[in-house]
Amino acid sequence: MENNHPMVEKIISKYPALSDKIKIQRENRLWMKIDYPDFRKFLEFAAADLKVDIFCMLTGLDEKENYSFIYHMADLNGLMLNIETSVPKTNASIATITDLHPAAELQERELTDLLGVTIEGMPKGQRYPLPDDWPEGEYPLRKDWTADRLDKKAEDING
Amino acid sequence: MAKKLVIPIGPQHPALKEPASFDVTLQGEKVENILVKLGYNHRGIEKACENKPYLHDLYLIERVCGICSHSHATCFLQAVEEIAGLNVPMRAKYIRSIIGEMERIHSHLLWLGVAAHEIGFDTLLMYTWRDREIIMDLLALLTGNRVNYAVNILGGVRKDISEEEKGQILKAMDVLEERTKYYAHVATEEITIKKRLSKVGYLSPEDAVKMGAVGPTGRASKITRDIRAEDKYAAYGEVDFKVISDDNCDVFGRAVVRIGELMESYSIIRQLIKKLPVTPLKVPAPLRIPAGEAISRYEAPRGEDIHYVRANGTDKPERVKLRAPTLANVQSVSTMLQKGYLADVTIVIAAIDPCFSCTDRMIVAVNGKDEMTWKQLRQHSIDWYKKNRGVDFTKVKLGIK
Repeated sequence: MENNHPMVEKIISKYPALSDKIKIQRENRLWMKIDYPDFRKFLEFAAADLKVDIFCMLTGLDEKENYSFIYHMADLNGLMLNIETSVPKTNASIATITDLHPAAELQERELTDLLGVTIEGMPKGQRYPLPDDWPEGEYPLRKDWTADRLDKKAEDING
Repeated sequence: MAKKLVIPIGPQHPALKEPASFDVTLQGEKVENILVKLGYNHRGIEKACENKPYLHDLYLIERVCGICSHSHATCFLQAVEEIAGLNVPMRAKYIRSIIGEMERIHSHLLWLGVAAHEIGFDTLLMYTWRDREIIMDLLALLTGNRVNYAVNILGGVRKDISEEEKGQILKAMDVLEERTKYYAHVATEEITIKKRLSKVGYLSPEDAVKMGAVGPTGRASKITRDIRAEDKYAAYGEVDFKVISDDNCDVFGRAVVRIGELMESYSIIRQLIKKLPVTPLKVPAPLRIPAGEAISRYEAPRGEDIHYVRANGTDKPERVKLRAPTLANVQSVSTMLQKGYLADVTIVIAAIDPCFSCTDRMIVAVNGKDEMTWKQLRQHSIDWYKKNRGVDFTKVKLGIK
């Protein structure tokens, strides 16, 4: 893989192990994968040293064995660094990044509501986006979830 | 010392155009704290996208929002086209940008009217919405629809702009520019507007960065970021325009930025019409999109719109995720309202130009319970407010049988 992008060079000089995990899609789009234990340190490094400090979006994905998360981060020059990391479904828990990027709050709450992922260290607050009376244990963005589960549940309750 | 009071504004409230809930804690007239609750417009669009072919998703995504429908559709398509490696012809890119700028004009004029209405200046509301009709008629002429223009298709656009239509667009731009100059004069020099909006809803540049404010809300707090300039998608690499920003950091600044952007939009449309290249309108697009992922950014009227698409080689996407600008902006509302007054709450909320339909996207019919009668529904809402808000409405008698 070609690594002739100035930012990629900077990343690899600090994290040589990542050299085959970075993809340059085009000039302003970088994709990379990182193991979850190293993620937090990397996010701090990206903000401090790479100036990739604008939190744009957080995507949660339901993959077979894992839940994956893509943190879409940007810098002031229009570059977008997409950092993907994942945790096994058996231990679906990640730490909040709201202490670094307060803007991530609602998007982390989305992960809790829609994928059923626990976010450690989340400040207290309202759930988002599902309603207060949403049945427990129903996570609509999981791949095995279909809308008719709700109808069945309502039938069970109402007879 | 005045007693603390919690006032629930919403989920349904005459001051809000869409359902959202703001619990305002007051100390006298001053706002001490504000609690935002969203999600009332969640419709299940992301989940639905996973079960439908790309072609259907395009029209579904266009319905994420009524005002910035073209923004969402274009943003989604740009991601899919990047994955499929489609080279969209230049003329199609120009037309996408032209419609996009028209959408911005109609959205900003709409906002100006709503903001004027919120501060009790309904003459300006009538004026701006009258002029907005010019752009709505133009959009109907070009695309057949006033909203949800559906001008995009995978690989290009479905409709051309004729020579005659070009003339009509340019004529409309002249009229609108003249009108906007007048509004700029009114909004920046009319003493009552200036006094009403200045120092209201203050958001410092540091807080704006921290809370992730985007679009005119961020630009009014000295953040000169505009995705049109940063990412140069569609035809924005081919035109000259200024990124309008302001250092007032308040509602007044947000009005100044939007009026400035209107003037820029007229100029962008004129340049695009003048340079409109002659190429085909579309390239053939496959039904099955090869596996891959892409992220697309778009400067919608309210700020940065982001769509992420992951394809798995079939005709349906594996995952579609979108972030509308209001989701980024709404978190700064509570900062803006700190130490403000109750009377400023509605205009400050209106000043981020919130669009909760965009922000919430994802619920399916909640359950299959029997329909409620009007009486039951009323009782349910009384109980709900009593339980969740501590407000007792039982003494309110309405003449309903």
